Amino acid sequence: MSPGTAPGVAATLQRCRDDGRAALIGYLPAGFPDLDTSVQAFVAMVAAGVDVLEVGLPYSDPVLDGPTIQRAAERALAGGTRTKQVLDVVSAVSATGAPALVMTYWNPVERYGVASFAQALAAAGGAGLITPDLIPDEAQEWCDAADAAGLDRVFLVAPSSSDARLAATAAACRGFVYATSVMGVTGARAQTSTAAPVLVERVRRVSDLPVGVGLGVSSGDQAAEVADYADAVIVGSAFVRCLLDAPDRSAGLAAVSALSADLAAGVRRRAAAS
Amino acid sequence: MSVTSDASPSVLPDAGGHFGRFGGRFMPEALIGPLEELEQAWRAAMADTDFRSELDRMLREYAGVPSLLYDATRFSDHAGARVLFKREDLNHTGAHKVRNVLGQALLAKRMGKRRIIAETGAGQHGVATATACAYLDLDCVVYMGEVDTERQQLNVARMKMLGAQVVPVATGTRTLKDAINEALRDWVATVDDTHYLLGTAAGAHPFPAMVRDFARGIGDEARVQCLERYGRLPDAVCACVGGGSNAIGIFTAFVPDEAVRLYGFEAGGDGFDTGRHAATISAGDVGVLHGARSFLLQDDDGQTIDSHSISAGLDYPGVGPEHAYLADIGRAVYRPVDDATAMRAFALCCRTEGIIPAIESAHALAGALDVVPELGPEALILVSLSGRGDKDMPTAAAWFDLLQDPDDSG
Ligand SMILES: Cc1ncc(COP(=O)(O)O)c(C=O)c1O
Repeated sequence: MSPGTAPGVAATLQRCRDDGRAALIGYLPAGFPDLDTSVQAFVAMVAAGVDVLEVGLPYSDPVLDGPTIQRAAERALAGGTRTKQVLDVVSAVSATGAPALVMTYWNPVERYGVASFAQALAAAGGAGLITPDLIPDEAQEWCDAADAAGLDRVFLVAPSSSDARLAATAAACRGFVYATSVMGVTGARAQTSTAAPVLVERVRRVSDLPVGVGLGVSSGDQAAEVADYADAVIVGSAFVRCLLDAPDRSAGLAAVSALSADLAAGVRRRAAAS
Repeated sequence: MSVTSDASPSVLPDAGGHFGRFGGRFMPEALIGPLEELEQAWRAAMADTDFRSELDRMLREYAGVPSLLYDATRFSDHAGARVLFKREDLNHTGAHKVRNVLGQALLAKRMGKRRIIAETGAGQHGVATATACAYLDLDCVVYMGEVDTERQQLNVARMKMLGAQVVPVATGTRTLKDAINEALRDWVATVDDTHYLLGTAAGAHPFPAMVRDFARGIGDEARVQCLERYGRLPDAVCACVGGGSNAIGIFTAFVPDEAVRLYGFEAGGDGFDTGRHAATISAGDVGVLHGARSFLLQDDDGQTIDSHSISAGLDYPGVGPEHAYLADIGRAVYRPVDDATAMRAFALCCRTEGIIPAIESAHALAGALDVVPELGPEALILVSLSGRGDKDMPTAAAWFDLLQDPDDSG
């Protein structure tokens, strides 16, 4: 597939906005619990209403991930998941028509070769990268490669980001801006963050890009709350939990479908309070 | 002589924390603001004479710094050239690490942080951090891989005695690199009241530069001591390299002295050719780990590979970015020293000098023996004796079979 034939994240988010709702973005590590099941889980997500897929590249030292995603990444690596196979997963899930972003720590990309990785990702039909430990200050090579390959680049902003950093980071993003709603690692939380609406508002003051909010969302009700102020709701650990906790593969896939449907309904209604 | 250096700060890193193509900040955005704040606080503290004189006083009165420069005459006879030991083993807690730990702990206090977190491998940095926290009345949490808490139970007890909480880390390889990951995960959630006291000259900017500047007293002192006593500079400076703090600490004063050769000795483990080692620079792969671009042990996909060494303090798959830079520009030379060679030097130091060195430091001693032929018999060789070997006696006793027959001590 040549660059640009996938719908692209911006177009998908715009379509959701036109529908008067937030988009739903779902994450799972490729190769967890095994390659085939991870592809099926992504397909199940799209079928049940997930708009954008986030394909995790499992890494040995995931410093921004809590225990749930760590365990999943460990399982994927122990199962022999390699960078090339992550690209195969991208290729398989892009066939659903939902744009697929790869979420990856930086070293595997640097090891592959930044330009080569960008080419390979574009060839696999991928939409771009989310880079949790790469800040724009260090990203010149990736920005150039993304331009050359027509890929989105999603950097993170945080409650601790200064206004100057928010502006510079948003300016380096293409697709959307990823707002990490809490100071902390990934993992489902009982309550959504009070810092998140403030952060989203701060981003809006410096950027016209859509803003996605992640870290902690695990239910349709929480998704509805976040959908009130954000353009996209990002869910990771809760999907991983579905597969970790399930007694077998089909139960895991059923749980992924059910969670997707709950979340998809959530982003389609406004919070109960409003 | 002041124990905190008055020498003008080194030119590198640049504003982004780069040493040439190495270093930088590869960290979640949530930590970038706190890292910037830390850098500003550190620079302000170093420009503040009150802070410096307080740190100076602590190092002198509490840690026993400046450390001795010792003429190791009997070891020299074996080496075939004059070897000087910079006796960091005599510092409080038994290693160079106390310099960095006291510096960062005092800085944390100045920043109003009440809680200190640290990673530790064998427990040396954890013990030093727990010590500083007891001394300065700070809360202390030490992350330690489960493999290490099991094989280093005495150091776990030491840290607990000193009032620290020790948290076993059960993820990944359950060793030092995973303890660093876990400390970073703690920090991102607690950074308002917590300082991450990193134990070596690695990690994201400003850690490599800050740890270097807290440790550089080793070389600043040795340079003055050497000039005073011998009227000349050493021909070579030798240090072991784990993350690189004692090595950068002793190298820095000599970097501008182009005639002084700088040698870093990495852990060669079972032998460099076996692939089971921690000789990161010698292996030569560039990548990003724990916040900086440097050399690291990795597979074809960029996944970190386990390191191996008899020395827990050198058993780390990464290395500080300034060493990567010094290697790159050819200013310093880095070579592997395998376990067996290090342990021969360990024994030689015990028998000729009555000094039991840390096994880490024994790598530097072995390296010094090895470079004599390159330098000739008139050479003056300065070795960083980074720590004492009491902590290593179980390992040494097993290596030399001393536990089987206590009477057969030779
Ligand atoms: C005595 C001693 N020397 C050296 C090291 C290695 O660390 P670095 O390379 O940071 O000096 C350690 C680490 O624990 C140590 O305890």
